[in-house]
Amino acid sequence: MAHDSSFVSRGFHGRRRGEADPGRVPPGQYVTPDFPVLSAGPTPHRSLELWNLSIIGEVDETRGWTWEEFSALPTEEITVDIHCVTKWSKLETVWRGVSVDTLLDGIETAAEYVIQYSDGGYTTNLPLEDVTGGKAWIVYEYDGEPLAPEHGGPARMLVPHLYFWKSAKWLRGLRLQSEDDPGFWEVNGYHNYGDPWQEQRYWGD
Amino acid sequence: MAGAALLGRLTWQPAEVADVVTETPRTKTLVFEVPGWPGHRAGQHVDVRLTAEDGYQAERSYSIASAPDGSRLELTVERLDDGEVSPYLTDELRPGDRIELRGPIGGYFVWELSVGGPVLLVAGGSGIVPLMAMIRTRIAAGSGTEMRLLFSSRSWDDVIYRDELERLAGDAGLVVTHTLTRSQPPGWTGYARRVDAEILREVGPRADERPHVYVCGPTPFVEAVAEALVQLGHEPRMIKTERFGATGG
Repeated sequence: MAHDSSFVSRGFHGRRRGEADPGRVPPGQYVTPDFPVLSAGPTPHRSLELWNLSIIGEVDETRGWTWEEFSALPTEEITVDIHCVTKWSKLETVWRGVSVDTLLDGIETAAEYVIQYSDGGYTTNLPLEDVTGGKAWIVYEYDGEPLAPEHGGPARMLVPHLYFWKSAKWLRGLRLQSEDDPGFWEVNGYHNYGDPWQEQRYWGD
Repeated sequence: MAGAALLGRLTWQPAEVADVVTETPRTKTLVFEVPGWPGHRAGQHVDVRLTAEDGYQAERSYSIASAPDGSRLELTVERLDDGEVSPYLTDELRPGDRIELRGPIGGYFVWELSVGGPVLLVAGGSGIVPLMAMIRTRIAAGSGTEMRLLFSSRSWDDVIYRDELERLAGDAGLVVTHTLTRSQPPGWTGYARRVDAEILREVGPRADERPHVYVCGPTPFVEAVAEALVQLGHEPRMIKTERFGATGG
């Protein structure tokens, strides 16, 4: 981000609280010990009996898991920093879930994009390569506990290298496609890719 | 440099403080002059950036309180005692000072005349700010859209925009209902508890009138209100929420 050094806010010194390694916090972000909640509508409450997860779209065959099947898949514990476009970052968050690589293993596709879709109608889009190769998980535990509904439970996406709106809450499936298709926030003023290190918050950033 | 690739980028703009208005013991409205402000829609927010002498910067997001009005822009900021930015904005800023901001931001939690009504606004504390922009937009346009505000505050002294809301409540089609959750003035006959399904049912509009609902406040408030609205039969997609946590500012 360009810094116009001629501009100074009179009397502002800053608190610089929670100053972790400065190289660890993306530009414009501050570190919080809390876990703020952001969502655009009511929190859906989906019982596990009625939950399933699907891989659909341009694939040789669609796949689906019930909760029982999904929770039997091999999991990983993931410890990562997360960055919300509303400016907070939270360091060393601990999750447990299934790597997207595990879910896509053996699937044949020519798709280059993936659309996450959720209960409540939320969607967000990414290049497929941003969720493969050990970069993304579908998680259902946070800090050793089942993921709370307001944080996206039963299961949410975790794509920690991008702003957190790219990690859909209440995830129900991934749609693979050859064309990009901007999602909920992406059509409402937010950046199509959302790299926090490039400060890609809004359209045109 | 201003080629096509840069069109649409929200650039940082200087904003000069024209006035500071005390709303409640904890909140102030900052009135800015922003030369070249492109205008906004009610419900949108701006990013604010402060720069210390050594170049250290802090950014936060604040909802816009004012209806679109040329280069004039109002933010209402609640002072968070452990905050980094809000105590500076509420305690330090005075007319003539400048900050930087960029916006407007957000295209979902928005109301404008074309959305129509009826409209139900449910505010908790400083969650009133973007909803007030909606009320002011309606008033400025002389619109008769049915709009109801249910506003939860801790006490009568904590009611942000109290005098203006009292004045506007006489406007046809605009109904303002308060609930005071912690303390009430002598003789108070209004609601005196947290917003629940019963209050929402009494305030209306009914779910079958398909109101556009906007809820803004702290996370537990928004969670409780949105859930009660769904129980009352409001379609989830008609309920737009904006939340803020206990920290941030």
